[in-house]
Amino acid sequence: MIPAVSLEIAVLIFGMVVLTLEAFAPRMNKQTLAYIAIGSLAVVLIATWFVKSTPTLGSATGFWSFYTADSLSIFFKRFSLITTILVLITMIDYAPIVQAETGGRSGLGEFFALPMFTCAGLMYLVSAIDFVMIFVSLELVTISFYVLVSFTRRNPVTLEAGVKYLVLSALSTAFLVYGIAWIFGATGQTNLQRITAALANIETDRGAALFGAVLVLVALGFKIAAVPFQIWVPDVYQGAPTPVTAFLSIGSKAAGFVVLLRVLRPFMMLPHMQRLLVLVALLTVLYGNLAAIPQNNLKRLLAYSSIAHAGYLLIGVACLNGDAVVFYLVAYLLMTQLSFAVLIVVAQRTGEGIADFDGLAKRSPFLAFAMLIAMVSLAGLPFTAGFFGKFLIFYAAIAQHQTVLVAVGVITVACGFYYYLKVVRAMYWQVPVSTASIPISGLSRWTMAGLIGATIFLGVYPQPILRAIKPYGQAVVETPTTAR
Amino acid sequence: MLLFIIFSPIVAAILIFAGAPARKTALAAAGFTLFVTLLVFATFEPSQRGFQNVASFPISTDWGLNFAVGLDGLNLIVILLAAIVTVAAVWFTGKIDKYENAFYACLLLISGGAIGAFASLDLFFFYAFHELALIPTFLLIGIWGTGNRAAAAWKITIYLALGSFILLIGLIMLYQSVPAGSRSFDIRMLQAAAATGQIAPEAQHHIYPFLLVGFGILISLFPFHTWAPEAYAAAPPPAAMLHAGVLKKFGLYGLLRLAVPLLPDGARYWSNLLIVLLLGNIIYIGLVTIAQKRLDWMLGYSSVMHMGYIFLGIATANVLGTTGAAILIFAHGLSIALLFALAGELRARTGSLDFADLGGLAKVMPFAGLAFGLGAFAAVGLPGFANFAAEIMVFFGAFQNGWDMQRFHIFQIATALGLWGVVISTVYMLRAYRRIFMGTMPERWNELVDLRRTLRVPVTLLVAALLWFGFFPQTFVRMLAPAFQIYFSASP
Repeated sequence: MIPAVSLEIAVLIFGMVVLTLEAFAPRMNKQTLAYIAIGSLAVVLIATWFVKSTPTLGSATGFWSFYTADSLSIFFKRFSLITTILVLITMIDYAPIVQAETGGRSGLGEFFALPMFTCAGLMYLVSAIDFVMIFVSLELVTISFYVLVSFTRRNPVTLEAGVKYLVLSALSTAFLVYGIAWIFGATGQTNLQRITAALANIETDRGAALFGAVLVLVALGFKIAAVPFQIWVPDVYQGAPTPVTAFLSIGSKAAGFVVLLRVLRPFMMLPHMQRLLVLVALLTVLYGNLAAIPQNNLKRLLAYSSIAHAGYLLIGVACLNGDAVVFYLVAYLLMTQLSFAVLIVVAQRTGEGIADFDGLAKRSPFLAFAMLIAMVSLAGLPFTAGFFGKFLIFYAAIAQHQTVLVAVGVITVACGFYYYLKVVRAMYWQVPVSTASIPISGLSRWTMAGLIGATIFLGVYPQPILRAIKPYGQAVVETPTTAR
Repeated sequence: MLLFIIFSPIVAAILIFAGAPARKTALAAAGFTLFVTLLVFATFEPSQRGFQNVASFPISTDWGLNFAVGLDGLNLIVILLAAIVTVAAVWFTGKIDKYENAFYACLLLISGGAIGAFASLDLFFFYAFHELALIPTFLLIGIWGTGNRAAAAWKITIYLALGSFILLIGLIMLYQSVPAGSRSFDIRMLQAAAATGQIAPEAQHHIYPFLLVGFGILISLFPFHTWAPEAYAAAPPPAAMLHAGVLKKFGLYGLLRLAVPLLPDGARYWSNLLIVLLLGNIIYIGLVTIAQKRLDWMLGYSSVMHMGYIFLGIATANVLGTTGAAILIFAHGLSIALLFALAGELRARTGSLDFADLGGLAKVMPFAGLAFGLGAFAAVGLPGFANFAAEIMVFFGAFQNGWDMQRFHIFQIATALGLWGVVISTVYMLRAYRRIFMGTMPERWNELVDLRRTLRVPVTLLVAALLWFGFFPQTFVRMLAPAFQIYFSASP
């Protein structure tokens, strides 16, 4: 049995090893570094099944009042590790572009090593049960993303994306610190458990705590791309190197939602909290879906689609259903990663526009099929994981009698069918510009096949995830009595 | 047995996608499906209560979610319809100039999705299988369609996606209406819950409109019908056959399977609205159909119009009317498939379906003329065809409903107006027949050839089924009536 903290430490050490290898063995083939990174993360992934249990949440003291390894965090540590591994695989495909953009072969080692530090940050973040820990690990994630987003720095679009991300992330960090300070001022605590207890006390100044909670929500809204804090998303997603975009839209978002679930738990008993979340969710689904409709660039389309999915996830959060949110995140990981993987391979030959996918079915049937599955899953057709996620979200909303959320949700899902099927239309209806098939490496092909299989499998048989998340489905978000 | 029927089209579609010879595999799969269906049909025990041939695999015990399939009289009939039309549709598929494999795979996926939805005893899979057909329909119309195919494909896809999600909301509400302890997606469990009165009338009033609008969009209930004529006019003929003949029947089947037994109070509460809407289908769409100038649009509208009769049968909520509705689903599916197939053959030969361009074609295409005549007569509801037996049951059932209430009721008005609908459909069907096959033939059609000999097989199959069940509707009634008797004796 391994203590849970050693998982993050192992990831950090492996990250340092990759960096050191880059520095001291300059002749080494850079791709080998990527394989070392993938392999070491896989080892850590296996190790997550042998973790020693930690003290229960309420009674913990010392270090354990900052950090927990409950089943939710273990689940999301695996989630982060798998995401990082998948991103590293797509980074291998993307490496030629990085080399061309940065000139020469410099920098690839960092390109493969930095995601590991991000991963460690994500793993700390999902375990954090104290605002100080949340802040520190969020910064670890964000700072490594600063570098990754602007990695191909000679490209002006990328540079613009990097600057936007840097400025707005810094701003959101400021909001987070300010919010934590208010909450600390009101309750005298930074630990989430103790804040819960303090808020239950009548003498606590609830107005101040609510103000602080709203500031924290603003900061998290930046991370998960919720309206009205979504403005950076399309530009940054479009400008960043594509694997980094995938990492941002999956890893960063999932971590944001886990923190949101944990942080909201004490504050849900405050007045207006649920109404506020419902409002944000409504705006987010509407904005994401409507703005995605006219997009012609697939990367930008996926950026808006990620806002739309953040909206559906927020519906789950607003309806206090942790199960639905977690399942949706898993489905979102599979289908988004699949679409980005295909995009990376195809974009190297043609481009990132939807028109560049014209006739892909004729050129590369496998890539077209992979994209088809990703798109129908994102749209929410049955027998895919995406549908089951939407099903759980709508189930939660109906159970809470959130009529407006359900109505808007149905309309926006219909919008989603339009813009996702636009990609399908390009691939299957349109005539290809050239008939040359698009080369794809064996590793990517098998990864895509695995993602397709997982998407369909979870769509037909969702029980493994449902069972895995069951123990804390109720534990994470309890239905508060004073929420309505 | 039932699993073979569901999965042979789907497996064949995957094989074809992977590169198996398209037409042969598709025909073999369709023929195999029909053969097994007939076998099941022959061994079906009408006297036995409940479902037969049940197969069940648990998916999630917490949710009461199973992959469960089974047969009673109602879904056996629609599965038989699906199997027959699939064979005909695959057989009628002519030369495909691009992506031949994908075309057959899409056809089989539509068929497999429809059969799976009909056979499912579980709400989740009932819904999911139907959606399996959505993307194939989108591709079939978009890639191989004619005319304004892009617009038609978008319209049908977005419209049906919206309808399905409204339906999904209704189904989730239905699931949640049962007390938390006994929740299940299993239709049998839901029926047991409904029989013991666990679904409150209040809840039924809320759920029924969702099912009605959700299924209504899929069925092209007035005023949600606008996607149908456009899509059927643009779709390649085999796709139109399968969609109008089989897939659209999913909504009607769903109403008969879910709304009638589970939500009797909801149905009663909303029945006046439904009757107004269905009269919109029969009278308004009927008149619109008369005004059509092209055969494909006329057939599209006529298929929308005939939905009105089936809705009338469902609205009666008595054994006679609903049995008639179920048989009419079967009969209409066969006749509209036959007509769409012949329209497709005509278009392939003449390149036009404008009434103004055609005329006197019976001289050069006697067999097609005969087949079209029979199809048109069946659609009108001439005695001897299954449509007649079904429509007369629907009308009697509807009239009886008002009779039982001892006063002149909206049902009797609906019946009277519905009978005028028969006159309307006679007008447009016979006019179409006259304009295409009778009268003077333009010179340029002298060289037209009749249907190939092999194509007479599916035509004969469709016509024979129509005639057989027209003369012996008792075969179906014996299967259907017990199921409906249980439903209506259970509800007060």
